[in-house]
Amino acid sequence: MRVLAAMSGGVDSAVAAARAVDAGHDVVGVHLALSTAPGALRTGSRGCCSREDADDARRAADVLGIPFYVWDFADRFKEDVIDEFVDAYAEGQTPNPCLTCNEKIKFAALADKAIALGFDALATGHYARLSGGELRRAVDDDKDQSYVLAVLDHAQLSRAMFPCGDTPKPQIRDEAARRGLSVADKPDSHDICFIPTGDTRAFLGARIGIRPGAVVDADSGERLAEHEGVHGFTIGQRKGLGIEAPAADGKPRYVTGIDPESGTVTVGSAEHLQVWTIEAGRAVWTSGQVPDGPVDCVVQVRAHGGLAPARATPVTRDGEARIDIELAQPLTGVARGQAAVLYLPDEDAGDLVIGSGRIIGTSSLAKV
Amino acid sequence: MLPEAVEAMTAVYAHPGNASSLHGSGRRARRRLEESRESIAAALGARPSEVIFTGGGTEADNLAIKGIYRARRAENAARTRIVVSAVEHHAILDPAQWLADNEGAELVVLPVDVTGVVSPDDLRAELAAHAASTALVSVMWANNEVGAIQPITELAALGVEFGVPVHSDAIQAVGHVAVDFAASGLSALSLAAHKFGGPQGTGALLLRRDVACVPLLHGGGHERDIRSGTQDVAGAVGMATALRISTESMESATTRITRLRDRLLDALLDVPGASVNGPVGALRLPGNAHVTFGDCEGDSLLMLLDANGIECSTGSACTAGVARASHVLLAMGFDMAHARGSLRFSLGATTTDADVDAVAQVIGDVVDRARTAGLVSVRGGVRS
Repeated sequence: MRVLAAMSGGVDSAVAAARAVDAGHDVVGVHLALSTAPGALRTGSRGCCSREDADDARRAADVLGIPFYVWDFADRFKEDVIDEFVDAYAEGQTPNPCLTCNEKIKFAALADKAIALGFDALATGHYARLSGGELRRAVDDDKDQSYVLAVLDHAQLSRAMFPCGDTPKPQIRDEAARRGLSVADKPDSHDICFIPTGDTRAFLGARIGIRPGAVVDADSGERLAEHEGVHGFTIGQRKGLGIEAPAADGKPRYVTGIDPESGTVTVGSAEHLQVWTIEAGRAVWTSGQVPDGPVDCVVQVRAHGGLAPARATPVTRDGEARIDIELAQPLTGVARGQAAVLYLPDEDAGDLVIGSGRIIGTSSLAKV
Repeated sequence: MLPEAVEAMTAVYAHPGNASSLHGSGRRARRRLEESRESIAAALGARPSEVIFTGGGTEADNLAIKGIYRARRAENAARTRIVVSAVEHHAILDPAQWLADNEGAELVVLPVDVTGVVSPDDLRAELAAHAASTALVSVMWANNEVGAIQPITELAALGVEFGVPVHSDAIQAVGHVAVDFAASGLSALSLAAHKFGGPQGTGALLLRRDVACVPLLHGGGHERDIRSGTQDVAGAVGMATALRISTESMESATTRITRLRDRLLDALLDVPGASVNGPVGALRLPGNAHVTFGDCEGDSLLMLLDANGIECSTGSACTAGVARASHVLLAMGFDMAHARGSLRFSLGATTTDADVDAVAQVIGDVVDRARTAGLVSVRGGVRS
């Protein structure tokens, strides 16, 4: 097969490309330039779009002896990922930009271009197992990225390859070192690639501006503090609430609600965070087949953690394919904008992804 | 590299010597260095003392822009303007911009016409209004992307008329078209050896003796005190050898390469939606073919041609790490979509009819495929 290897400049995608070469494929490496700042490749900071990362990717491709190109997706990335990220925060959501990037850039714009140019598949360094169209958790549970890949539909997965999914990360590093790849001990990337300072609140503040509102007690309705915009808050957040006096009961307070219209951020005790039902939009059923009725599964509501047994029911509401999710036990920290990913547990082969949706609403009331 | 240049350099490496040393090996090295200087001067209508060896073309350009600017301002602080064309290489634009950002320079950009050529009338108007506050003018001899040869003699004459030094980045021209430094009337001219079959990392600035230039590198006082640093004797020998051969064979090479270039252009322009960028005929560098294929992206074309064993480039090689739309094409009045769909083919001594045939055979299919890819990967079709 002709395989396009997306090479970020990190160790995982370098080994993924190497494994595709070993498998006998005709491999070409591509690094995506995603920064909109024209000078970024010259002056760049660390992040997935810095000059060092492009150079690291090129160096790895040279060692593997494969052609390598840098493709400019900066405009698409800004429109589809960064702008959407900022807009979602302004609306009181907590978006995950990696999900959006996978859904709209890597496995959409890039993959479409690759197929049109004559490639058969796109290989990335993601940690997930993919076989026969079935997407499963990676062997390395700590590194598993099936959550951020679960937004991909059947057609997108049918042209994807994740060669690292069957190997623990430490072995990937050892393999990179054996192959003479200089990125073998390069630190893992963290945080959000387009916010290299790691200061998300400052990044958003610079783009959204100051939109003052109140921090209000969930029980008493008392106005506890002022804030500069709902984009500084996430459901379940405990620190940085700006409240001076402790709660009357002495227990910690968490963000339990965000209303972008009025700018009101509601805080309350941990009990207020408990969610029993979730409504998710933009439903994706990974097999391509919508189930006939409710499915018993395990739902995951954020990239790391937040799992509970659940029953998921496909519905159509407001003209959109959605999923109603009833939890068998309550979850906390369930934020709008995150994905709800549905798994069928499987200890041997890895939990199977059966579908996903974007969280658009939650309720603390258990369905009777 | 030309085999003769490799051979000449190898001979130097076999018997190294420091051209500044007083002993025997030093004298031998100095003789080779000075013979190279004389040979290069003779090939370019310059005096040997006007040849300043540098570590490549970018250094020569930086030395000219920064060195002459600083010297002119030291004489008269009012001379802040640096006049350049809009299609200069980044080795000119970036140091000029740096001086604007850091040393109080004012960057003045001359427009070009749709073929990429500067109008002497524009320079006349600029100098008539601002000669007293102008430090220097820099306009390239020929453009590296679209091959446009500039009216350098006319531009240099305006510099003489208004008393402003004129530099030309002739890196694309030397070895390919006739360049006579004295006859041009220029104050300074940059060249780079690897553009005519010499080694990479070796270049020179031709600098008239009456043009003051503040050094970038201070040290042992080499190269007329303008470029300190132990001289690269082998590089100088390689550059001189390559320039001698290029000059001797220029007439026949120009005839041969121009014919191949025109054959290639015919084949490329046969593709529906293709158009040539830059001048046609004698106002274009012989080895340059630059074409835009509408509705596709140059990086797709580049990859597909590379897969067919055909090497070409989008933009200029220096900015090709990431394919940004060419500032040259934008300055010529084209939009982003046009710029992004452009490809440059360079022809040289080793190019054959078979190479042209190979491009002609695949280009139609390659463009079709790239068009499909361009349409799927860009929202709403071609970006503007």
